Amino acid sequence: MIQIENLYKKFGKNQVLSNLDLDIHGNGIFAVLGPNGSGKTTLIKCILGMVVPSSGEIQVQGNTIKRNWKYRREINYLPQIANFPGNLKVKELIRMIKDLRQMDSKEEDLIRLFALDTFLDKKLSTLSGGTKQKVNIVLTFMFDSPLIILDEPTTGLDPGSLIKLKELLLREKNKGKTILITTHIMQFVEEMSDEIVYLLEGNIFFKGNVEQLKAKTNQTDFEHAIAAIATQTSDA
Amino acid sequence: MRSRWSYVYFLFYLALGFVLLFLNNDLSKAVITLMNVIIVLVPLISTIFGVMYFYNSKEFTELLLAQPLKRSSIFLGQYLGVAGSLTLSLVLGLGIPFVLYGLFKSDTIWDFSLLLITGAFLTFIFAALAFNIAISNENKIKGFGYAVLLWLFLAVIYDGLFLMSLILFEEYPLDSFSLAAIMFNPIDLSRTLILLKLDISALLGYTGAIFNQFFGTYTGLTVSITTLILWTVLPIWRLAYKARRKDF
Amino acid sequence: MYKFQLHFLVFIFFIGTSLWGKTIEVCAGCEVKSIKEGVALATDFDTLLIKNGNYKEFNIVVDKPLTLIGENYPVIDGEDRGEIIRIVSDNVTIDGLHIINVGTSYTTDYAAIRVVKSDNFLIQNVVLEKLFFGIYLERSNNGKVYNNKIIGDALDEYNSGNGIQLWYSHHVQVDRNIVQGVRDGIYLEFSDNIAINNNISANNLRYGLHFMFSNDDVYTGNTFENNGAGVAVMFSKRIRMVGNVFKKNWGTAAFGMLLKEINDAEIIGNTFEENTIGINIEGSNRIEYKNNNFISNGWAVKVLGACYTNSFINNNFLYNSFDISYNSKLNDNVFEKNYWSNYTGYDLDKDGIGDVPYRPVKLFSYVVNRTPETIVLLRSMFMDIIDFSEKVSPVFTPDNLLDAMPLMKRSE
Repeated sequence: MIQIENLYKKFGKNQVLSNLDLDIHGNGIFAVLGPNGSGKTTLIKCILGMVVPSSGEIQVQGNTIKRNWKYRREINYLPQIANFPGNLKVKELIRMIKDLRQMDSKEEDLIRLFALDTFLDKKLSTLSGGTKQKVNIVLTFMFDSPLIILDEPTTGLDPGSLIKLKELLLREKNKGKTILITTHIMQFVEEMSDEIVYLLEGNIFFKGNVEQLKAKTNQTDFEHAIAAIATQTSDA
Repeated sequence: MRSRWSYVYFLFYLALGFVLLFLNNDLSKAVITLMNVIIVLVPLISTIFGVMYFYNSKEFTELLLAQPLKRSSIFLGQYLGVAGSLTLSLVLGLGIPFVLYGLFKSDTIWDFSLLLITGAFLTFIFAALAFNIAISNENKIKGFGYAVLLWLFLAVIYDGLFLMSLILFEEYPLDSFSLAAIMFNPIDLSRTLILLKLDISALLGYTGAIFNQFFGTYTGLTVSITTLILWTVLPIWRLAYKARRKDF
Repeated sequence: MYKFQLHFLVFIFFIGTSLWGKTIEVCAGCEVKSIKEGVALATDFDTLLIKNGNYKEFNIVVDKPLTLIGENYPVIDGEDRGEIIRIVSDNVTIDGLHIINVGTSYTTDYAAIRVVKSDNFLIQNVVLEKLFFGIYLERSNNGKVYNNKIIGDALDEYNSGNGIQLWYSHHVQVDRNIVQGVRDGIYLEFSDNIAINNNISANNLRYGLHFMFSNDDVYTGNTFENNGAGVAVMFSKRIRMVGNVFKKNWGTAAFGMLLKEINDAEIIGNTFEENTIGINIEGSNRIEYKNNNFISNGWAVKVLGACYTNSFINNNFLYNSFDISYNSKLNDNVFEKNYWSNYTGYDLDKDGIGDVPYRPVKLFSYVVNRTPETIVLLRSMFMDIIDFSEKVSPVFTPDNLLDAMPLMKRSE
């Protein structure tokens, strides 16, 4: 699905990703974790083509993404901060994205699921953060693409909506999709993820499932295991 | 572009057109005053509006970037939207009062059309320059600063330096130099186009053969318009180039 | 209509001559086959009726009071060999001839028709083409030059002549002529009391009309268009210039009108449109400028050297690049109640006169006088700012050079 080789990215003097190799195959939920500034968002944006790598090769579904944009048809992306143009109505934004993608969509179900009907005619600037995030989720899941990338999907969601999001993720996973998530909510990772990719200082420090992580760090609790990685490296 | 600002801009020009006509009570005089206003105001407004739009729609741009769209078409689309709506506001805002005042029955129609064409060029050029500044500067305040500086430089300072160098080197033949200097400033270039129409009598008073060739024949018009097109195309090209390489 | 007039004239002359003279017909098939022959045969006050045809003749000397009338514009072809007609007698009339191919010479001013020391002549309805000099009046007074058409094809000043030239000739009327493509359209030297009315002088190499040392002349209702320069009035006194149009005299130092050492003239109701310089004034005093229109000129009025007690009243200055340009800091001229399209003042008491004086001299015009290339900075914001500051506190421009009573509306 996604193949990354020798990926380097430098912002000015700041080396964010260095010599990163990553293979993501098959369906399932992949959690990309790491401390602040470890390059999670940069990695995701590299995959999406929003950040141009300094060097290295990225392939999505066997196609190199360099100077290519059509591969994004196969990706649904949920950005970290969704600040939409405030003078658009929710309805208009959805229609616009649909116009752009030119593919079948199932926004009605999602709107019902997150109870957004009453907000359709509201301008985006008047919505609360949580409602905006719901709109963001609708926009992400309304198309049927094999690869879904979510950057901090849980931000601002109330518990009810969070549960709905989890259900949605499981459903998509069972359809055989590859889902990439970054988050800081460890409970969410433990509950949902099939595999963890732990980034540290621009490289992959650990890749495996929750059990492997616990075994590696000799911890029984997942959160402690994550914390242990951080201390291990600072000791090293 | 669904933007309140383009309506404001439109209303501004509408008001400007009516006020000028009301104060002058004379179509030709209003057109001349307008020309003086246009070559200063249009670049300023286009620059500020361009930078503002770029920064304000940053998140929206990022949303689009994740969609299966070509990068250059996202930015060129935004650019054309801004420049296009500004031009439309300019043309309609000034056009309506002048047409109501009886423009079509007057000989000033050519002066007026030239004015609008020049205004359109300036809008496209300065919006493109503004986008270039914005895309190269993450910092909003810095971007605004550079944009205003650019305008100030091209609208006023450049001509000041130009004048000083002409006076300083007055014993040398300067006509090629001054024509070249005009080419490097789109505002001067537009002004020249307007001079060709309004002040040809004065321009032909100068003795230099190169001036006479430039202003006395169609050379001036052709060269000015070609250079204006270059001034439009080059920043757009750089915008597309930058857009392809920028990280978000 | 024209033809009718001609026939009518012929008729009148026929009656006239039958009273005091006979008519001699000249044509290829007639008894008299050439004009020279006709002149030789004729006695005083006879009429030569020259029928349509082609007469290859030159150096025709009319030495007695005769009337030469062409029927349907007979062509007199000089074949570039010299002067065509020379009048050396009083009371000669030339009417309706088509004269072509006057000889060109660098030593002699060959003319199509030359009048020498003869009075009471009338030259009318003559068409001149391919000429050197056209109608040349030399020490000849009280004549009329009406309704002639002079079409030259001059390319260089040095080998071309003037359309109508007056030299030491007084009390002559030059009316309704069309002169184009020669060196000077109409040229006056040492000629007083001349009236030049309703002529059109266009596309001439040098001047449309040129005065030298000629006094008390009047010219009204003429049009001067696209000449090397419009009208040059030099070293003359008491000239009246009324209701003429000066248009499109473009080019380096080209002007609608040049006044050089002119005193006590009146310039009233003329229109100066699209000239590089509307009026160029050098050393001219006591001139009254009234009710003139200066429209879209580079410089409406350019004042060089000392000019005293001139007054500009009730003129319209419309859309000129520069209204007035001075090269000195002194001003002894009066500007009053003119309309200036560049005026931006207000009229609170609504008396039609602006409450703030108008300063017609821009600082920029000084800069351009000094460094001509700076003309490309015309209408730039930088120049506007500088002009504005000069307006607020004049440093370079004469302090008292202002119109204290600028009109708010165009003067009619």
